[in-house]
Amino acid sequence: MDTQEFIKNFANQFEDTDASEITMETSFRDLDEWDSLVALAILNMIAKKYGVKLTFDDMRQTNTVQELFNVVESKK
Amino acid sequence: MKAYIKALSYYLPEQILTNEELVKEFPEWSVEKIAGKIGVTQRHIAAPDETAGDMAVKAANKMIEEYGIDRTEIDFIVLCTQSPDYFLPSTACVIQHALNIPTTCGAFDINLGCSGYEYGLAIAKGFVVSGIAKNVLLLTAETYTKHLHPKDKGNRTIFGDAATATLVSDNGFAEIGELSLGTDGSGADHLIHKSGAFRQYSPMNDLTFDENDNPHSSDYLYMNGKAIFDFTSEAVPVMVDDTLSKNNLTLDDVDLVVFHQANKYMINYLRKLLDIDKEKFYIFLENVGNTVSSTIPIALCEAKKEGRLCGKVLVAGFGVGLSYGATILYCE
Repeated sequence: MDTQEFIKNFANQFEDTDASEITMETSFRDLDEWDSLVALAILNMIAKKYGVKLTFDDMRQTNTVQELFNVVESKK
Repeated sequence: MKAYIKALSYYLPEQILTNEELVKEFPEWSVEKIAGKIGVTQRHIAAPDETAGDMAVKAANKMIEEYGIDRTEIDFIVLCTQSPDYFLPSTACVIQHALNIPTTCGAFDINLGCSGYEYGLAIAKGFVVSGIAKNVLLLTAETYTKHLHPKDKGNRTIFGDAATATLVSDNGFAEIGELSLGTDGSGADHLIHKSGAFRQYSPMNDLTFDENDNPHSSDYLYMNGKAIFDFTSEAVPVMVDDTLSKNNLTLDDVDLVVFHQANKYMINYLRKLLDIDKEKFYIFLENVGNTVSSTIPIALCEAKKEGRLCGKVLVAGFGVGLSYGATILYCE
């Protein structure tokens, strides 16, 4: 899995947050725009682009983009 | 023989529920943030004694007046609603009398939600093209807010009440193209009001609150947001492709896209998924909210007023059922 590609796909689910604000170290829950709708979109993106179906609970265990990336990679 | 939309109007109930009022009711909740995201600042709410049938009559009278339609020429009424006035008779029958339409007119209800307008167009087109009827009055009317628990802040932020009236005839300003329709009943439980009909007639009184203080009860509308989101992002791209191919078109040929106005964030998600230009993508829900089967005809009305209802217009509805439908309107 490519980290830059993952960051791009992740950032693409935000409407008002600039992609440059998002790195592997970003604690995404701290972003102003973060809410359950963005979470839904990200889960959906992960299912579509990476073929991994995560639940809200899986996501709740992660705080940074890197941690989410690791979960996706471990389930691929 | 072809079938066209000849007239189109809508009605909104008087009472308005603003974000400020929701903030007062749910001070602990970020109403402004959520409402901004879903793109709704106010919604109209039917009065306690105002039914979907009442609103449909008002929408129809408005259309008849605005377009100078002769009501004696209407020979079929189709009402799409999931909040009917009665179990029986069909609300459409009551409406025939209320509108003083001749008794030689056929009438029935269809029970569909967010996909209802496309199914209504499919029926109306079929009737006109086959000669079963000449002028079909297609009505959509919902009082979904009456399905909602008062503490259901999420759905109360999203949904509004409304009714629309469309006349489908052998002439008009928008030809109804080939349709794509689909159903996945395995997802019926994801958007459901369980009690009140004959599977479960009496209220179940099983109200619980989840960790986010959202009420769950068989006696009110329940929506599994994640399941609906996932269904939509699977079904809509496939349906759009099917609609385009049945009409021998590509997305580039389409001048305007009008999706069911579920919420702004979700339809923008679909727009990005399908690579649709922002300029071609019509959004109208800020002042009305998600009005279920009325969102698309309301948006078409507004697009027409703005002079944007031109060329090939892709319309697509999706939701409760789970049910979905789409077509192309070939506009003047």
